[in-house]
Amino acid sequence: MATMTRRLLSLGGNLSWPQWKLPGAGLRTLFPRWTWAIVLGGYAVLALLVPVLNLAVPASSALHVSDYWVALGGKILCYATVALAMDLVWGYAGILSLGHGLFFALGGYAMGMYLMRAIGSDGVYGDPVLPDFMVFLDWKALPWYWRGSNSFLQQAAMVILAPSLLAFVFGWFAFRSRIRGVYFSIITQALTFAFMLLFFRNQTGFGGNNGFTDFKRILGFPLANPRTRIVLFALSATLLLLALIGCRLLVRSKFGRVLTAIRDAEDRVRFCGYDPVGFKLFVWTLSAAICGIAGALYVPQVGIINPSEMSPANSVEIAIWVAVGGRGTLLGPILGAALINGAKSWLTVAAPELWLYALGLLFIVVTRWLPDGVLGLFRREGK
Amino acid sequence: MTALLTAVVLALALDASTLDKLARGSQAERAGAVSALAAAGDAAAAPLLRALVEGRLYAGPEGPVLIEEGGTLRDALTGAPAAPRDDLEKVVINNRMRRSLDRALAALALFAAQPAERLAAARALQQEPDPDLLPSVEAALQREKDKQIREALLTTQAMLALSAPEPARRLAAVEQLRRVPGSTSKRLLTQRLAVEQDPAIAAALKGAVGSVEDSLQRADMVGLLFSGLSLGSVLLLAALGLSITFGLMGVINMAHGELLMIGAYATWLTQSLFRNWAPQHFGWYLVAAVPASFLAAAAVGALLEVTVVRKLYGRPLETLLATFGASLLLMQAVRSAFGAQNVEVANPEWMSGGITVLAGLVLPWNRIVILLFGSFVLLLVWVLLSRTRLGLLVRAVTQNRQRAAGLGVPTPRIDLLAFALGSGIAGLGGCALSQIGNVGPELGQGFIVDSFMVVVLGGVGQLAGTITAAAGLGIANKLLEPVAGAVLAKIVVLVFIILFIQRRPQGLFALRGRAADD
Repeated sequence: MATMTRRLLSLGGNLSWPQWKLPGAGLRTLFPRWTWAIVLGGYAVLALLVPVLNLAVPASSALHVSDYWVALGGKILCYATVALAMDLVWGYAGILSLGHGLFFALGGYAMGMYLMRAIGSDGVYGDPVLPDFMVFLDWKALPWYWRGSNSFLQQAAMVILAPSLLAFVFGWFAFRSRIRGVYFSIITQALTFAFMLLFFRNQTGFGGNNGFTDFKRILGFPLANPRTRIVLFALSATLLLLALIGCRLLVRSKFGRVLTAIRDAEDRVRFCGYDPVGFKLFVWTLSAAICGIAGALYVPQVGIINPSEMSPANSVEIAIWVAVGGRGTLLGPILGAALINGAKSWLTVAAPELWLYALGLLFIVVTRWLPDGVLGLFRREGK
Repeated sequence: MTALLTAVVLALALDASTLDKLARGSQAERAGAVSALAAAGDAAAAPLLRALVEGRLYAGPEGPVLIEEGGTLRDALTGAPAAPRDDLEKVVINNRMRRSLDRALAALALFAAQPAERLAAARALQQEPDPDLLPSVEAALQREKDKQIREALLTTQAMLALSAPEPARRLAAVEQLRRVPGSTSKRLLTQRLAVEQDPAIAAALKGAVGSVEDSLQRADMVGLLFSGLSLGSVLLLAALGLSITFGLMGVINMAHGELLMIGAYATWLTQSLFRNWAPQHFGWYLVAAVPASFLAAAAVGALLEVTVVRKLYGRPLETLLATFGASLLLMQAVRSAFGAQNVEVANPEWMSGGITVLAGLVLPWNRIVILLFGSFVLLLVWVLLSRTRLGLLVRAVTQNRQRAAGLGVPTPRIDLLAFALGSGIAGLGGCALSQIGNVGPELGQGFIVDSFMVVVLGGVGQLAGTITAAAGLGIANKLLEPVAGAVLAKIVVLVFIILFIQRRPQGLFALRGRAADD
């Protein structure tokens, strides 16, 4: 146990933590100047302009951003954060996870538990403590794992802890056994599949099929209020920005270099005296935690969380966002998530038959002809 | 002439007062009338009782009771044609009445001319034993010559005689029931044990309950093992192809489940063709469906190899994603062509029913056929891989692609053939699956995770490993199901696999052990 802790703390034998400089010192050179401008400009539009256009501009004006767009945008921002987290493990460490939807959903469920408790006695059955689905199942008391779930702070901690703990334990076993490549991918798929089955059960205590829904308020603010929603939207944008900067700092550090080396030739890295387990485990867990937070912001905005979020197909879709945008670029996946989800919400309404054809073709076209994604296209032309 | 004859016989069996009670009496009176008719054991009362069950008996406040048959009314007592009257009302029966009528009809059928009818009647009476019918059963027993029917009647008799007043008869009944273990025997014996006064019989009952329970458990166990094996054989067919292509090219084909689905739909199409063009040979459609499903899936697989897999050679993760896209396309294409609903694939006549192996254990024919079919395909694949030139080349490429290519093996062609072969086997799996499950566009989705697990557990390109893993997973799923429920069983199996590969990652995954991966 002691060796295990030491190994983890030292992140694999020879390498200590990346030497962080004071914040700010490396930030200016983090992105090329124009990219910085786009990132910050984009953030300003999302976090400042959109709220103003939504709340202050009258609905009759052409500039008004309707609640529908805010809801869709908030959803896409959360997805983009997941894509970013996925890119961290896939694009930089070469680990293709087909189970990232699970971490997203776990974060969502942790937040959902709080939201369910926050309904209080406004539920259909009016029970002050038990959520509706428990009353429906004729349960008399909260199960032990729901204890304290009415505390926002505890559940906020769970949002990070639940997915990262699971990712840590799973990754610990998997990376130690040197499971990698497609093996790792299909086992992560089995993992999310198993959890989906588990959460589908009513006895698991998370609402079974229907999951959690009908939320009323968060921290006392009503969720139906546009102002609450716009704050959640701005928070999602902020999370995305912070995650982007954090990931960029990480991949540019010495730690990130080793990570890229592991992606390109894991065995050579090992022969050089590095133990890849700690590196992989760290990004894997970090990525799961980011997904968890994104899931937690997603649930109050969308208003529902159910086990279908854990379906294997959902997780594979995350991979295609990353692939479309461009692996190993951090910005690409954000673009990819926005493009695909935008297209999805338009096509599933306009021509639902066509959507699966389009998605299926996208998988094939992108992997065959666009290995570096949309961003790769620009980059190659720029050079 | 027949009508007249029936009428005469009816008149002998029924008197007006019984009929009156049956049609117009209170519930108790009607039940009494039914019992009386059944106990009398006269087959001629059957048309009347059947009419009552089927709601074809009409009566007014008074006057003759009438039976409606093919649109005309007849007097139930005399059989003479009768005219419709305004005050006629259908004689309605409640569920309890319906059950006792069914029993009475069965008791009457004990004397039917057809042996099959008599056997069915003897078995039907075992479902809900009614001690009042004991005299009928014993009368039938005395007349019965057929050995099988006698055996069934003896069991029925024992079930009814369990509460007989004479201790000797009770003891004989217990002994008889001990020999035919079944859930009904167990229930009856346990019920009797609770009220039995005679210590000797109580001891015999206790022993009999124990022995019946034991054999029931054995039968359950065998039944579970068997359905696990047949599930395993479908899993095996699904995983065999996956294992071959994975061993050969190192790619995971996410569309493999959809190839199963293609095979199942090919079976359905063949069935529809037979139904439309050759209904007289309908029973043999399955024989034609086997090559059809193989060819359909192999063709789709070959197309997939040429357009997608080949182009992504050396990028296994991308291949995985691209084939996932292909699976979405295939699913949606099938949905567009044949609709999102499940299609109905019927078992041919010769595959319905089953054989009784132990008492209380029937092995359904369709599962037996699937098990045999799976073994047969397995044998073929084994012969193909180990005894033919193609198999030799496939094994050579699996072991060392560069060296094989250097020695002149046309690796692209081998890849294509092996991919088509693996897909074709999946198609056969789909054909087998169509006989025991639903056929719909999402059929493959349910199987894909399981078949990956078989490949992961069984190792790559090793038939023995794949077989063990498929059979093991199938049986484990089925054995855990009654203990933990279907969903938990799946979860337990998945967790087990994740833990198992911790202990044996080398043997199962890296064929080349710790060697460098590049």
